[in-house]
Amino acid sequence: MSAISSPEKIPAGFIQRYTFTERVCHWVSSLTYVYCLFTGLAFYSPHLYWIAFVLGGGPTSRFWHPIVGLLFLAGAVWMHDLWRREMDVTETDKRWLRRVEDYASNQDELLPLQERFNAGQKIFYWLMFYGALVLLLSGIFIWFPEYISFQIAWLRTLMIVIHEIAALATIGGFIVHVYMGIFFVPGSMTAMTVGYVSRTWARMHHRLWYIRVTGGDLDREK
Amino acid sequence: MSNGTLEIKAISGHAGPVPGRDASRDYGICKVIDVTTCIGCKACEVACLEWNGYPFRETVFDNTYQTMPDLAWNYYNLIRFNEHVAEDGTLSWLMRKDGCMHCADPGCLRACPADGAIVQYANGIVDFNQDHCIGCQYCVTGCPFNIPKFNSETKKVHKCTLCSDRVGAGLEPACIKACPTGCLHFGSKEDMTDLAQNRAKQLREHTSHKNAGVYDPAGVGGTHVIYVLHDIEHPELYGGLPKNPRVPLLVRLWKGPLKWLGNLAITAGILAAAGHYIRFGPKRLDEHQDEDRDEAKKGEPK
Repeated sequence: MSAISSPEKIPAGFIQRYTFTERVCHWVSSLTYVYCLFTGLAFYSPHLYWIAFVLGGGPTSRFWHPIVGLLFLAGAVWMHDLWRREMDVTETDKRWLRRVEDYASNQDELLPLQERFNAGQKIFYWLMFYGALVLLLSGIFIWFPEYISFQIAWLRTLMIVIHEIAALATIGGFIVHVYMGIFFVPGSMTAMTVGYVSRTWARMHHRLWYIRVTGGDLDREK
Repeated sequence: MSNGTLEIKAISGHAGPVPGRDASRDYGICKVIDVTTCIGCKACEVACLEWNGYPFRETVFDNTYQTMPDLAWNYYNLIRFNEHVAEDGTLSWLMRKDGCMHCADPGCLRACPADGAIVQYANGIVDFNQDHCIGCQYCVTGCPFNIPKFNSETKKVHKCTLCSDRVGAGLEPACIKACPTGCLHFGSKEDMTDLAQNRAKQLREHTSHKNAGVYDPAGVGGTHVIYVLHDIEHPELYGGLPKNPRVPLLVRLWKGPLKWLGNLAITAGILAAAGHYIRFGPKRLDEHQDEDRDEAKKGEPK
């Protein structure tokens, strides 16, 4: 155990971006999310119901979806504890967001310098955090519908609709997140798997954070 | 159901055409419940339990005749009793055999996400297939009559099958067989509608029930279980029969436009990401940038 808890060894020329704890938290949240996403899609569309068979059958998927959903929520709350202080949307973020087209078209030099998380990441973070809360609150009604009397059956349907809309919102964020993590921003996948990034990467994507952790000089770095 | 496929098409050694070959046939079946002749004997409840192999349930006493409070996963058929005092002070004791209505537009089937868990036969019977049921109970949400009931042990939902197993073999449902007063009838939808309408007309013309009518609600496309009521204007008096049942609007929105918008949005999102990659490509790092920033190395974090 001491080997796990001892400081991580970062290769020369690299900077630690995510600690072991942060990575575990991220992957617990993402695996539980993906399970809920797939089983949820199976219930969402008849064309995707085959996913339920792949994952052990319809009843199995129905049984585990809410339980794994609770684990996802636990992951989200854990992540909130780790990152919420770094997720406040600042004035710089608002300026960055106004130039988000430049970011999307790879004209990063036109953008305001970013801290450890950029405005897009922050928005995704809050989308998933509040998404998880809404999904849980609406999900409880769908989990135990037998305790809702027929007189307020509309509440149950309403919760299903809210659950679906919230899920669709997170799916939108998830598509962007996966696309950026795997394709659009090379290096970010390694950051989340082994935890470190190259200096160039850090300097290019998160200059303010880079300066802070390397003890550099902002004026010179600009 | 099998009577459709077993319709005779050709006959060997037979002079002349096949009898009845071009006749139009009405395969839609229907149960009529004439509440005006129901005596609340519960024989239909017993027959239902016997045919389906369920044990009799414990009764409860709450100072009414309603010793079974509600339908249950193993209790498909329930007489609802209501003592109704009219405005002029006359008392009428209303009894209604409650159970699945076998809607032509079944909300349960619309709401169900599990492939094959709910089927509607060509004869109109809506049947649950517990082998495919996942226990989500969306069907309960879709039903305007509050019929499907959940078994929390097996996580399966059950309801009246209209004895599809008997009807498929050419028999009438068990409840029909047991009814001693003839308040239950079974036959083709057309014939049963005639029978029910005639009975309602008889009630209007020869009794004081001037509002007698047939309950075959159009909001769910008509049903394959229809009622003759003394007062068609007030179906809710008969243990909460809804006046204008419909598949809930939210269910129709959820299974209709919302689904298509969602599918479109997900597909568009994935295509947009792919398109973006093809147009702009990844964010490449300028690796040479670092060569002239030796000073950055002085603050090595580890």
